Amino acid sequence: MIWREDIETMPLENLKNIQSERLKKLAQYVYERCPVYKRKFDAAGVHPRDIRGIEDIAKLPFTTKIDMRDNYPFGLFSVPRGEVQEIHISSGTTGNPTLVGYTRDDLKLWGEVMARAFCCAGAKPDDTIQIAYGYGLFTGGLGAHYGSLEMGLTILPMSAGQTPRQLKVMTDFQPRIIACTPSYVLYMLEEAKELGYDPHKASWKIGVFGAEPWSEAMRKEIEDGWGMLATDIYGLSDIIGPGVSQECHHKKGLHVFSDVFYPEIIDPDTGQPVPDGQKGELVITTLTKQAIPLIRYRTRDIVSMTRQPCACGRTSPRTSKISGRTDDMIVVRGINVFPSQIEEVLLGIEGTHPQYQLIVDRQAHQLDTVEVQVEVDEKLFHDEIKQMHQLEHEIKKKIEAVLSVGVSVKLVEPKTIERSIGKAKRVIDKRKL
Amino acid sequence: MKITQISVFLENRKGRLFEVCSLLGQNSINIRALTIAETETFGVLRIVVDKPEAATEVFKKHQITANLTSVVAVEVDDRPGGLAAVLKTLSDHDLNVEYMYGFVEKATERAMLVFRFEDPDRATKVLSAAGVRVVTESDIRGL
Repeated sequence: MIWREDIETMPLENLKNIQSERLKKLAQYVYERCPVYKRKFDAAGVHPRDIRGIEDIAKLPFTTKIDMRDNYPFGLFSVPRGEVQEIHISSGTTGNPTLVGYTRDDLKLWGEVMARAFCCAGAKPDDTIQIAYGYGLFTGGLGAHYGSLEMGLTILPMSAGQTPRQLKVMTDFQPRIIACTPSYVLYMLEEAKELGYDPHKASWKIGVFGAEPWSEAMRKEIEDGWGMLATDIYGLSDIIGPGVSQECHHKKGLHVFSDVFYPEIIDPDTGQPVPDGQKGELVITTLTKQAIPLIRYRTRDIVSMTRQPCACGRTSPRTSKISGRTDDMIVVRGINVFPSQIEEVLLGIEGTHPQYQLIVDRQAHQLDTVEVQVEVDEKLFHDEIKQMHQLEHEIKKKIEAVLSVGVSVKLVEPKTIERSIGKAKRVIDKRKL
Repeated sequence: MKITQISVFLENRKGRLFEVCSLLGQNSINIRALTIAETETFGVLRIVVDKPEAATEVFKKHQITANLTSVVAVEVDDRPGGLAAVLKTLSDHDLNVEYMYGFVEKATERAMLVFRFEDPDRATKVLSAAGVRVVTESDIRGL
């Protein structure tokens, strides 16, 4: 079924009218309510009255993660603090994390787009869903929860981890839907076999997997291993969390809920639009959000877009799976990691500026591992092993506190980390995504 | 009468110790005493050499992480109980040993023991007062 058939199957011309009306209102709304946007609009020489329709969107300035960092925590809010009902936080590049705030209506919107996403994947209102995304500040768990509430699904709010318990709950309650990161469902496949479960007897028939990039090869592994349909969900906590776009059972791209999240694909270097079918950076404008509306937000995710109609009947544009990033962010176990965060931690230790490198790997059916290699210079070096172990431990604890991801630390000799054109390569990603 | 020990950070990989030691050999630097403390992934090579300044230069030039530590070396007769006698003195004076290593000097038939103390100056005084022969920097250079 299609959750909002009226909107999701609307002819594109009508959709465009809605987008135009919403964009006009939005430009006015942020200009009046948020001094940061007023300054940005003024600097770009654009006034809300210049926005007469969706085609004028290119006149508006981009918003980036730097705007979020510089205006942390409340600078980008367009509503008084009292109207903010919920706050989530994710990694920033350096210093401040990225914050997203929701009004009551924003939470309703989140629930609605997630309900659209679950329906798009094939869920029906009388289904049971096992939510194995992390609950808490991470948007995955609660986003899936609100969507399930909106749809009327029976919810098993598991959060991530405790695999034997996940499998027991699955066996006992027979949920047809599983929502978690794709690497976790593969990890559970291996655990299930070890614990004596027959994965093909699992109740899960539809998976809604996201929060990290994954490949068609992984999809095949999940689908063959569990005997289920594996669909991709996309979102980012900067925008709302999961629920920006979702694959239907045809698995031919992710339907963007473009009446509320307006997508553009641009050349990341020039900022100019690229034609449909060509890869570029996904830029999103939240057309109806209240607490922190984002105007032309640079997601840094590289995708291509098509406006061809889909066999499922939905008319909204579809994007490809993410094929890369325009920055050096990596996603580890669903958590965004920026190498600059590691740099900050290392700078804080003994005031040194050591060379470092992240080695990200994933053994078959295992969760991602991160090894942080740190070059030991004279300032960090100590002739006592005890002190060196303390250093290793200190680096590990501090990095884990900042990233919320477990890491191992390896001390290496100077110049072991490969430099290209004088600049060290910060991330070696060995995962076959 | 402290002497200088050079500690070198080494990754646990094949041939690395050889590379470091051959650098010293090529520069006519003689190793007087040596020990390695190792962990799963790295090791610390500790050496006493006849030309510590030259060795430091060589390491710096080859971007090998090394630092200098003051240690105390003593000579004891190479016979049963030689080390124990020295350790008793240290224990009696509440001197804590961070680590130590020893080797035998062939020419003199005596054993040399290298100690890392938190307070090498006090250790030197205590040991000298107890009649233990403390090795000097010039001893090392001329050994």
